[in-house]
Amino acid sequence: MPLLPFLFLAALSIIFAAGVILQRHPVHSLLSLVLTLVVIGILFIGLDATTVGFLQMIVYAGAIMVLFLFVIWLLNLQSQPIEGGHLALKFVGALGSAALIAELLVFVLHLPPPVGHSKPLALDYGSIGKLAQGLFTDYLVAFEVTSILLLVGVVGAVALARRTTAGSAPGGAP
Amino acid sequence: MLIELLIGAIKAIIVLLMVLNLSAILLWFERKGSALIQDRIGANRAAITGVGRRLGLPNLGFVNTLMADPLKLFTKEDFVPAGADKFLHALAPFLAMFPVLITFAVVPFGDTLIIGDRHINLQAANLNVAALYILATIGLGVYGVALGGWASNNRWALLGGIRATAQMISYELAMGLAIVSVVMTYGTLDLQEMCRAQGGVWFGWLPRWGIFVQPVAFLLLLTAGMAETKRVPFDLPEGESELIAGYFTEYSGGKQAVFMLVDFAEIVLVSALITTFFFGGWQFPWLYPDGFHLPGGAFFALPNVAVAIIGIISFTVKVVAFCWLQILARWTLPRFRYDQLMRLGWKGLLPVALANVVVTACVIVLGGV
Amino acid sequence: MVPPSYFMGLSAVLFCIGVLGVLLRRNIIIIFMSIELMLNAVNLAFVALSRAWGNVDGQAIVFFVMTVAAAEAAVGLGIILMIFRNRETVNADEINLMRW
Repeated sequence: MPLLPFLFLAALSIIFAAGVILQRHPVHSLLSLVLTLVVIGILFIGLDATTVGFLQMIVYAGAIMVLFLFVIWLLNLQSQPIEGGHLALKFVGALGSAALIAELLVFVLHLPPPVGHSKPLALDYGSIGKLAQGLFTDYLVAFEVTSILLLVGVVGAVALARRTTAGSAPGGAP
Repeated sequence: MLIELLIGAIKAIIVLLMVLNLSAILLWFERKGSALIQDRIGANRAAITGVGRRLGLPNLGFVNTLMADPLKLFTKEDFVPAGADKFLHALAPFLAMFPVLITFAVVPFGDTLIIGDRHINLQAANLNVAALYILATIGLGVYGVALGGWASNNRWALLGGIRATAQMISYELAMGLAIVSVVMTYGTLDLQEMCRAQGGVWFGWLPRWGIFVQPVAFLLLLTAGMAETKRVPFDLPEGESELIAGYFTEYSGGKQAVFMLVDFAEIVLVSALITTFFFGGWQFPWLYPDGFHLPGGAFFALPNVAVAIIGIISFTVKVVAFCWLQILARWTLPRFRYDQLMRLGWKGLLPVALANVVVTACVIVLGGV
Repeated sequence: MVPPSYFMGLSAVLFCIGVLGVLLRRNIIIIFMSIELMLNAVNLAFVALSRAWGNVDGQAIVFFVMTVAAAEAAVGLGIILMIFRNRETVNADEINLMRW
């Protein structure tokens, strides 16, 4: 991926991510997160992982974030000023995060390139066929366990959100 | 390099203009078509010069629908309700428009056009994961509707927005599975390859169109597409008799025009997808890149430009036919109730779509297709 | 050509922004969204390294992280809904029944 588009997209993603934690209204935070996810999806596509990039937009930005939006509506959250107090936590937290960023950046920017770095990329590198081959051969057990996990998640979410008095669960028919 | 960019830009502009023009013409189609179905005349008053009326010609309502109404909409006061989230209220129509328009980038409207020694692929963007891209953009189309309903500070609009969002994410599944079964049949995600694979004939005369291979997926895509774009009979989110105008109640003037344009652009989108996946896209029966090979054995050679033009015309005719089908369905069928709608999506279409995928997979593996 | 370490640097920055979100905000939904941000930062690192190595393992892991995040979001939001029904609040400070 050429340098200038990467810098632009990286700057965008950092701005939107900062928007997630700094906005007052939860819906604005959510929209910033959706934009961050879309930019990260574009970065995936720039890294030749086209299938995973589009899956990110379909699954994450298109479905999971809509779930968040529904919950925010259900709870009728309004714009709240960023909570004051906890100054000790905020100070130590900011210090700790700054230290973490500094340490990670120093470590990461001086890594030697991985061993397979100079090999030319296969023509169908990020294609859905390649990904499916990996998923259904090397990672088959994890794939099947993940499907069971999703089933458990669905059953759990429905059981948790069900109203015990009335019959209808929220988020369905109004 | 510059020529490549220029050709790409021209293709993109052509596709965009085709879509927007077709959406506007569909507005006229809808008014006059609904009038025809309901045994009335429809809009026929406005005229610019009055020459047609003096000559005794019938007024088809073009000026009314295509000039007077848009002019009225765009010059109306743009009203933002009190307490509404101004930024999101202004952003929502365009957030709804954006995914619909960019989906057309991967729809092929013709085969390769050969000018000199340059092969121009008549598709605005040649992605090799085009079907995945279509699913992604359809998934992102939920946000414009959701935010339009919520940002209006109006409980009917919010209700319409919630219903619309739930409906759209429910029918995305059936739509995605129908597209998956088509992708499995053709073995590729690229739409232009799918259209090319639908050339040729079976038994000497039957065109190899997708509908003969995947009839169930066609019905699924048609139904789920109409539900996804909130057309009647699935238009409870904009229930005109119940929620005033649903999620775009509080929109007036230009923004309402954009929402309505989104509605018609989505009709064109579903028609274009059905045409591409199931009716051969730009394929004309018995037309090959070098000319006509008719079933009797006759062969008429045609230059490449003529083949390309016939392809474009054939694509447009098919898309318009499916747009007409959707308009017909709108003015014929009554609206679904909300729980009927949800039941149809989850308990009706989803199992059928899954069964279709399984049967397709079995046929492909066992039949060696 | 961007070396993979740049992508990992971006991933580190996004991860730390997520950590800041979890520490500084008290609204549970915002905390949840910061967790999703952290997961995505890690996804970015995986994909960048997968490309550097030239194989598909990193992308398979990203696939699994996405599905696990979806399941976690569903169940977590269900829990938040139940908390809201009982406590009428989504402020993490006010859900302190189990504190001493």
